Amino acid sequence: MLEIKNLHATVDDREILKGISLTINPGEVHAIMGPNGSGKSTLAGVLSGRDLYAVTEGEVLYEGKNLLEMPPEERAQEGLLLSFQYPVEIPGVSNIYFLKAALNAKRKHHGEPEMDAMDFLLLVKDKIKKVNLDEAMLHRSVNEGFSGGEKKRNEVFHLSVLEPKLAILDETDSGLDIDALRVVADNINALRDGKRSFLVITHYQRLLEYIVPDYVHVLVDGRIVRSGGKELALELEQTGYKFEQEAARA
Amino acid sequence: MTQAIANKVDYLQAFEPFNQQRSAIDSASLQSLRQRAAQRFQALGLPNRRLEAWKYTDVSLLARSSFERALPLSVSPEAIQPFVYDGCHQLVFVNGYWAPELSRVETLPAGCILGSLAEALQEHPDLVEPYLGKGASFEDHAFTALNTAFLEDGAFLYLLPGTVIEKPIHLLFISTAKDQATVSYPRNLLVAKAHSQATIIESYIGLEGSYFTCPVTEMVADENAVIDHYKIQREQLKAFHLATMQVQLGRNSSFSSLSIALGGALARTDLHANLDAEGIDCTLNGLYLVKDNQRVDHHIHVDHRKPHGTSRQLFKGLLDGTSQAVFSGKVYVHPKAQKTDAQQSNRNLLLSDDALVHTNPQLEIFADDVKCSHGATVGQLDKEAIFYLRSRGLDEVAARRLLTYGFASDVLEQIKISAVRDHLEQLLSTWLPA
Repeated sequence: MLEIKNLHATVDDREILKGISLTINPGEVHAIMGPNGSGKSTLAGVLSGRDLYAVTEGEVLYEGKNLLEMPPEERAQEGLLLSFQYPVEIPGVSNIYFLKAALNAKRKHHGEPEMDAMDFLLLVKDKIKKVNLDEAMLHRSVNEGFSGGEKKRNEVFHLSVLEPKLAILDETDSGLDIDALRVVADNINALRDGKRSFLVITHYQRLLEYIVPDYVHVLVDGRIVRSGGKELALELEQTGYKFEQEAARA
Repeated sequence: MTQAIANKVDYLQAFEPFNQQRSAIDSASLQSLRQRAAQRFQALGLPNRRLEAWKYTDVSLLARSSFERALPLSVSPEAIQPFVYDGCHQLVFVNGYWAPELSRVETLPAGCILGSLAEALQEHPDLVEPYLGKGASFEDHAFTALNTAFLEDGAFLYLLPGTVIEKPIHLLFISTAKDQATVSYPRNLLVAKAHSQATIIESYIGLEGSYFTCPVTEMVADENAVIDHYKIQREQLKAFHLATMQVQLGRNSSFSSLSIALGGALARTDLHANLDAEGIDCTLNGLYLVKDNQRVDHHIHVDHRKPHGTSRQLFKGLLDGTSQAVFSGKVYVHPKAQKTDAQQSNRNLLLSDDALVHTNPQLEIFADDVKCSHGATVGQLDKEAIFYLRSRGLDEVAARRLLTYGFASDVLEQIKISAVRDHLEQLLSTWLPA
């Protein structure tokens, strides 16, 4: 599904990603863990097409196609979605209107007709209930005045309506209390269907207790310094990133 | 200087023949009003940019153009159909003259007079003359002087105390010119006596040709009257529109106005609200949309003269191309106007590098126990927001359109008449850059 090969990326001529290679197969959940400043969000940004970054070396194949050549909207239409660490407030644009536009953009890209308005309404009402958000939030401006937790749940709500093939969750757990974390994790888990893949970016092991990954990678200073199974996350929880950071410097 | 003098003569050239023609028809007091206004315009001339109120409004194009007085041309019902709102009492004026064949006024409650000012001047001079020319002063305003000099027709509304009109009143002003550029001077007088209520829409629409619309609206809302007012300015791209509206508000009256302006070669609205009684609630909102080389100006003056007045202003602007806009909003709180609560905000979104906005929110406060705030912003679309929308599958054009729409939509959401709101939302959608 996704093949990252020796990816190097810079921000303002400063190299942040220093050769990342990673393969995600359909149905797999990969977690990327790492300390602040290790390049986790840069990786998410490069994969989703944020123009802050310049890729200086390497390539990324998504379903065999060159991902880096696609504009952000095409990546989304092809099924790669990013759940933002800091969801953006969009005053004056209702949640439901935005989602409808996004869903129909995807359907149009695949040569499908626009979704019937009534079917769409039933769909979003069902999905928003599952993330424990009030139905009224469908008609409020996207993320405007939402609490931190509501914003994150709204991101997961968007994912559940847009049904990506590969979802990148960038620090989806940050700012969530334990109840909200469970709701978010339950909804992510509900999306796991054996075909859909996830790249879960997190600082803390906590989220991975609820969304159990198939693989864990440790990112330090722009490189993956260790990879392993879900037990690696637990190990890191105890030892911290210190050891890995020292190893990276050596 | 010789240029300026020549222009004054130009605009007043039509005055003497007009005055002659009207002398057998109109009252002495009306003729005298016109005479004084013409003399005042003669003295003032067209405003130049050395005057503070005209610093950013360049009327030199008006000084270089010559306009003949517009005649009441005939317009087909089909031509105005796109601008009509269902469910309204509709009065249509073509080039400033009442067009009864295009108007349709349904049964009105007793206690309401709605029709043309020309008719009212003949039939109800006792109701007209106490108000006409009393609100909109031409002493310092050249275009009000010009309008008053040529005052002849327009809309007249008179609500007796306690009269409530449920359906909105739509005053539709159509401007259209043939080969020769023309000027029209619609004059509206709207009087709402105590405890009356009405919703009034003024639409200014251009059909074809090159023209100059110079309207003046005088509005009086007495004690406890409730008036919702909408102005929709949709002139042709090459048209000139220089409008004055003066509102005189009575004790505990409520006045709300929304000005939607699509600009023109030059489109300016001067709105003056006089809060000369206690407990008045006055809301003045606006949205202007300009592109290409259009100009749109709003000059708002809110005069808090008595205690316990509330005023709210929110004007938003979308500017594309090489367009320019001016927002000048003054809130003046007189020494007696204690407990005034005034807010003023102007927000602009620039969609191109070459668009320009001059914004000048001003508070002048001479009372010590008041709550006043004002602010202005000029910005561009948020890049992070564009990326957010694109990352969910909207292409860049769609993302920009949606964000721009979102910026303006809260102003349109306040429109209480669904036919008008739907129409303007549609208009905004088609206006947005593709």
